[in-house]
Amino acid sequence: MRPVRFNIHPKEAVTSTAISVTEAPEGYSGEGFFTAKLSDVVGLARKNSIWPLPFATSCCGIEFMATAAAHYDLARFGAERMAFTPRQCDLLMVMGTIAKKMGPVLRQVYLQMAEPRWVLAVGACASSGGIFDSYSVLQGIDQIIPVDVYVPGCPPRPEAILDGFMKIQELVGQESIRRRNSTQYKALLDTYGIQ
Amino acid sequence: MALSNEEIKSKLIEKFGDAVINFDESYGMLSFEAPKDINLKVLQFLFDDATLQFQFLTDLTAVHYPDDKGSELAVVYHLHNLKDNVRIRFKVRTSTERPDVFTATKLFSAANWMERETFDFYGVNFVGHPNLKRILNVDEMDYFPMRKEFPMEDQTRIDKDDEMFGRGGSII
Repeated sequence: MRPVRFNIHPKEAVTSTAISVTEAPEGYSGEGFFTAKLSDVVGLARKNSIWPLPFATSCCGIEFMATAAAHYDLARFGAERMAFTPRQCDLLMVMGTIAKKMGPVLRQVYLQMAEPRWVLAVGACASSGGIFDSYSVLQGIDQIIPVDVYVPGCPPRPEAILDGFMKIQELVGQESIRRRNSTQYKALLDTYGIQ
Repeated sequence: MALSNEEIKSKLIEKFGDAVINFDESYGMLSFEAPKDINLKVLQFLFDDATLQFQFLTDLTAVHYPDDKGSELAVVYHLHNLKDNVRIRFKVRTSTERPDVFTATKLFSAANWMERETFDFYGVNFVGHPNLKRILNVDEMDYFPMRKEFPMEDQTRIDKDDEMFGRGGSII
């Protein structure tokens, strides 16, 4: 009887080079112990388990859906847990045109997020208003909330969104755990009227 | 037998005489104007008449003609006779100094939000409207953006090339 098998030359997957493992932070190790800076360890944990809050309003949101889907797979970066609950999330991803009427809504979502929090502005509209130089459109979300990383493009390709996400990861990983108590950060929030 | 434009026109003239003016048929659709103080009488007549039966308000908006001094704003009603599947356009003109037009909300519930939108963008004051406030734009807005004296562009921006974005400059 003929075996039911169409791929008669199956290839074994080579996983030794395909999987990248996060490197341990700088530190001293010996028999049964490892010492490192707390901020490095916390940063390592944070940057590889970011919970994004997708705030998608238009075509950039469609690109984001592709980014989160199987082919580009945002989950590879430890960010598979999308949530629409601002209190649980670390990263606000704003994708799309924000009308002036939606500004207060976006701001409230930002205010409800707990520190530490980061903001990624995806696409021309979220970054600057884009082509919508119009009385009804907010000319960049940085008019109402602070932004950490801007992703240009109209809309940006998933690779660009991933690149922006990795830039956020860099920030998260290198950030001092006390940065959010710093005077500069407080001054930045003060310019937006947030305390 | 379908309702013809001539029939509608003759019925209107029979009822309102010289008050209804500017009959026009663009692309087969009848449109006409009337003074703004009888707009409800005309709408009521079109609604109640046994043969006309324009009982569906498809659209209500305004047009700004800044050059027509004294009658800059035209409030446009698009009406539909669902029985004969006939549509007409009815306009009333008003000035921007006193843009008061009687509300059609008592006749058409659909007019409520459409009149709010028309107020929002053109500043037409619908007298008797139950809740005349902005509907689409931010509440803090202090002008009527679709009037032609206001530029479309956001005036707070300084980082774009003005010539390319309609804030002065030499390119027209």
